[in-house]
Amino acid sequence: MVALTQWLAALPLSRTVRTIGWVIPLLQTIHILAIGMVLSSVIVIDMRIWGFLRSQTLVQSSHRFLPWLWAGLLLLTATGIVLIIGEPRRSLLNGTFQLKMLIMALAIAATLAFQVALRRNGVRWDGNGDGRWKAGIFAAATLALWLAVTAVGRGRWIANFLR
Amino acid sequence: MQLVVEALKWLETTPVAVFMSQSAWGFSAILMLHLIAIIIVVGMIAIVDLRLIGLASRNCAVTDLSRDVLPLTWAAFVVATVTGLLVFTAQPVKYFDNYGFRIKFALMALAGINMLVFQLITYRGVSNWDRDATVPLAARLAGAISLTSWFAVVASGRWTGYLMF
Repeated sequence: MVALTQWLAALPLSRTVRTIGWVIPLLQTIHILAIGMVLSSVIVIDMRIWGFLRSQTLVQSSHRFLPWLWAGLLLLTATGIVLIIGEPRRSLLNGTFQLKMLIMALAIAATLAFQVALRRNGVRWDGNGDGRWKAGIFAAATLALWLAVTAVGRGRWIANFLR
Repeated sequence: MQLVVEALKWLETTPVAVFMSQSAWGFSAILMLHLIAIIIVVGMIAIVDLRLIGLASRNCAVTDLSRDVLPLTWAAFVVATVTGLLVFTAQPVKYFDNYGFRIKFALMALAGINMLVFQLITYRGVSNWDRDATVPLAARLAGAISLTSWFAVVASGRWTGYLMF
């Protein structure tokens, strides 16, 4: 891993990202806004399942927000990769990075499973059908996973906590 | 200005401020809550803004959509304000001198004024265009100003943090 960070740090792109002072905060800003896309999409779909929203049906909400969730994730991955190349030591040797990737894999798996379940049962859940409370718990678990990814992403927090 | 600095120096001596500046994990945990709260504020506001601009949720009534997301927006805003104040107490003088921080508040003022103008003037006639896919120019403009200023708030917030360390 140390060898990898050294190799990454020697890349021309890594030097460019580090030398131009505003690149890192700009990428971090886009990264944060992309987290906003993912979290907000999950939150709105979840609130619809929990029955807090009135403006759209569950099927409409998922059509509206699921593409934004995946687009946000794509943007997160792209900015995340450039940030890692720019500051490989800060991210890869942090100790919480692997944990973050693990939770993110779980979050993606849960979201995919949730999407499939929505496609099958969305109409039934819309009409207060049975299985809706299970869907509510599934929704909460998915949100918790995404929140955990965000929290662990601020690795310094965990690192300081363990110290 | 001298008075402000005196007040900030007093703030530094309060127990909350001492905790925030001494406890590494406390500071990081509050900062993380602040980040998540702002992410939710901006995300929820963006949903309404994108509807006004006409980029998303065009089949949704503006009033219904606002009613759906506003409670969470305000709840998250309260969390963001409280945690933001706590983070501020850790290094009040340094934050006050930070121009990223000053720009952030100027942008929040802009977003606030834009919201007031929209609520008090443009939104009064909402019943005429509530379900229109394309809303009047004033409302579209309000959405665009809001979205841009909130994105800029996030950027200046990140810039503030970047200048601090």
